[in-house]
Amino acid sequence: MSNVSPHSNGGPSLLDRLPASIFPRVSGLHAAALIIAILLIGLLIIPVLQVIYVAFLDPNTGALTLQNFVDFFRTSLFRESFWNSFYVSAMSVVFATVIALPLAYITTRFNFAGSVVIQSLGFIPLIMPPFVGAVAMQLIFGRNGTLNLLIEEKFGINIPFMEGLNGVILVQSIHYFPFILINLSTSLRNIDRSMEEAAQNLGSQGMRLFRRIVFPLAMPGYVAGAALVFIKVFDDLGTPLLLNVNNMLAPQAFLRISSIGISDPMGYVISFILVAFSIFSLWASFLVMRGKDYSTVQKGGGGLSRRDLRTGEKIAAYAVVAFILILVLSPHIGLTLLSFATIWSFAPLPDGFTLQNYVVMWENSKQFITNTVIYAGIAAVLDVIIGTAIAYIVIRTGIWGRKSLDYLATAALAVPGVVLGIGYLRVFHSIDIPFTDKPMASWWVIIALALMIRRLPYALRACTAALQQVSLALEEAAESLGATIRRIVIPLMSGGILAGFVTSFATAAVELSATIMLVSSESDAPLAYGIYLFMQTPSGRGAGAALGVVAVIIVGLGTFLSQLMIERDKKFKSTDQSH
Amino acid sequence: MTNQMVGIEINDLHLSFGETEVLTGVNLDIQPGEFFAFLGPSGSGKSTLLRSIAGFGPTPRGSIRIGGRDVVSLPPWKRNVGMVFQSYALWPHMSVRDNVGFGLKERKMPASEIAPKVDAALDLVGLSHLADRMPNQLSGGQQQRIALARTVVVEPEVLLLDEPLSNLDASLRVQMRRELLALQRKLGLTTIFVTHDQEEANTTADRMAVLDKGVIQQIGTPQVLYDTPENLFVAEFLGTANILVGQVESDGGAKRFRTSVGDVLPLSDGHEGAGSIVLRPQNMQIVDQAGADTLPGTILHREFMGSQVRYIVRTSGTEMIVDQFHHVGHDWRDTGSNVHLKVNTNEAVIVAS
Repeated sequence: MSNVSPHSNGGPSLLDRLPASIFPRVSGLHAAALIIAILLIGLLIIPVLQVIYVAFLDPNTGALTLQNFVDFFRTSLFRESFWNSFYVSAMSVVFATVIALPLAYITTRFNFAGSVVIQSLGFIPLIMPPFVGAVAMQLIFGRNGTLNLLIEEKFGINIPFMEGLNGVILVQSIHYFPFILINLSTSLRNIDRSMEEAAQNLGSQGMRLFRRIVFPLAMPGYVAGAALVFIKVFDDLGTPLLLNVNNMLAPQAFLRISSIGISDPMGYVISFILVAFSIFSLWASFLVMRGKDYSTVQKGGGGLSRRDLRTGEKIAAYAVVAFILILVLSPHIGLTLLSFATIWSFAPLPDGFTLQNYVVMWENSKQFITNTVIYAGIAAVLDVIIGTAIAYIVIRTGIWGRKSLDYLATAALAVPGVVLGIGYLRVFHSIDIPFTDKPMASWWVIIALALMIRRLPYALRACTAALQQVSLALEEAAESLGATIRRIVIPLMSGGILAGFVTSFATAAVELSATIMLVSSESDAPLAYGIYLFMQTPSGRGAGAALGVVAVIIVGLGTFLSQLMIERDKKFKSTDQSH
Repeated sequence: MTNQMVGIEINDLHLSFGETEVLTGVNLDIQPGEFFAFLGPSGSGKSTLLRSIAGFGPTPRGSIRIGGRDVVSLPPWKRNVGMVFQSYALWPHMSVRDNVGFGLKERKMPASEIAPKVDAALDLVGLSHLADRMPNQLSGGQQQRIALARTVVVEPEVLLLDEPLSNLDASLRVQMRRELLALQRKLGLTTIFVTHDQEEANTTADRMAVLDKGVIQQIGTPQVLYDTPENLFVAEFLGTANILVGQVESDGGAKRFRTSVGDVLPLSDGHEGAGSIVLRPQNMQIVDQAGADTLPGTILHREFMGSQVRYIVRTSGTEMIVDQFHHVGHDWRDTGSNVHLKVNTNEAVIVAS
């Protein structure tokens, strides 16, 4: 693509006559790329590198040292936290697999009328931030929760579903299993029927066939999903914090920084470990999957053959799906009940129902909700602007180093919220807010910027997908008629951009791990932090649940709207091409 | 690796996908050691028929006997029928060696016996040196051979090939079909080959069945099917055919064919009544003089095809395709010129229409 000089009329301008080696010609796109690169480096790379750097600094002398790591592993609480985080992540992967595997298998191998239910199971958990459901889960599965009260009455035993680490594992696996379900189903669907038939033809059948052919072929998808679950759980701060499980890495990092201060090296050591584990998991899953694009569907092939279920099997399938559905909906049910409850304690169900919690919530949370709309709004607008720009630069231009913009923005996925929060505190506490003498670290704008960086990878994917659907021919046709990017490409991408905006907004609105580090006063706090505050006291739980319901509605509505826009866009484009 | 050769008998086979019947009353008798082709357009049911012999798809009504044993209700893994898939279906997570050894492992054969058999099978297809490669490192032709080796190594009673050459490029296709035939002869395996390409079927098959709309139209050697098609579908599907619609009449002792537009051609034989006359492009010559066995016409197009020149000639009833051998120094007919088509009626075939 050639860049037409803006100075084509008249003779060469002064700028054109300057030596290009000293004053390179900078087009608008080049300038945009440069600005984005600076933003990403300043808001993502420097804070993270700073955190890692401090982890290796002696807090007193400022010299490089490994002493902090030695101290870390000498402290039994940290060793315990490390193993707990590892254990909880691994067990969450195991339980998420136990939930996802039968669902994926049923939808892809059988003609099952309940497949619609299973598909909705794939996103219901994701519309509720896990920390919001955690308290509700406590009320249903806890020691004195609904289920245990009933079991105790009947059998005289108490099952520790929610005791300590168990609770975190339960909440996390219920929340994150869709990652495995979606990835595994996709790769199962991408296996060509002939792969299975060839094995049957050579005498294989049943479990052996599944073990030797089907499962290995679906493995890449499973590994991708499992790695994602592992990282998400390993890095999550909100859920253990809400369940009062503090002997894990992320809560320890938060507690050290928030109680001892930003000069305490342990928070940085933990951050380093979190980042290292994230990168390690991504790298390991990349290694496992390298050269294994097993998507083997051929033209006219179609996925694995599906068969009808026998009556007994059908009942079993419905039972499994119903059981998982109840399990998955339990945080939603619990939260809703709690938000309408007068008192709910030591009883299977609340003592009575009231709207009072919503009144209390409304009176106390106006500030939280306003803040959330402002922060998430700023973050989402910046996300789609930057996302569209990066997508355009990467796909449609030949600017040197354009791919690195994509990598930089996507790298945010590997950075836990806690780490980004700590990085911002460290970097911005020494920089003042413009025209004041207060540190930037306590400025609310920093929260919006952190949310922007955290959600950018998702917005970028949406914008990239949208741009890829706009055919180059269409764009060139427009250009040949003198139209510009703004006039043609952006409107064609609008569906995808809007979907990206809504997703970014909805998920940024309920983000806790980065914001909890950065909120300096209650008046600056967003909704997620408000829920956290409410949930700290038993009397505030009802109002907290009501605010939680608001959060779920925001995310649910956002997810629904963005799906709607993507679908409508697809339909629009497909009818467009049939003409 | 030679087998006791077995035949395949199919009796009154019916198969439906839901409401649509895709195979109707199929009867077939394939001889032991025969190389048999199913030929037909897409949607004719040829692949469905092949898959039902392998045991894939819905269970059909009727019987399929392989070596006298009815397999129609057996699952695929109990049939001992080897099938090579159109897509080859090599498992991407296994090496070539593991792919080929898969069936033997399933048969619980000890590893010490598997290795030499796998080597022999790879040797048979000439790819021993690729044993440790992964399938995605192989070319299309190599994948095809490995798929073949994987199938024959388990010594199936019959070999089924589903459009085995369709994913190869044209030059490789000719070479592979010769290799396939040589291999089949060497193994003496009763083989069925599905294709939509008549040239593939003609050059390899001992006999073939032409299918359309789930019904077998005709069974026979390639030559018989080409020379004496039993109906218009077979006539038009195999090679190029000019069809004249009309009826066979008797004039005293002599038979003649009167076309629907009134042209008359003498016939040596034929049943009286409505029918169509099938003329191949090489069954006619372009001449200047009218005669008893000629049709008047005008040359519409001329296409030079190398060894021959193809003329499209407009006659009173229809447009006819006529091929004339090309000889050096021979003048071509110009388009627009009025000519006569001399019909070799003893080479023509009358089919009921």
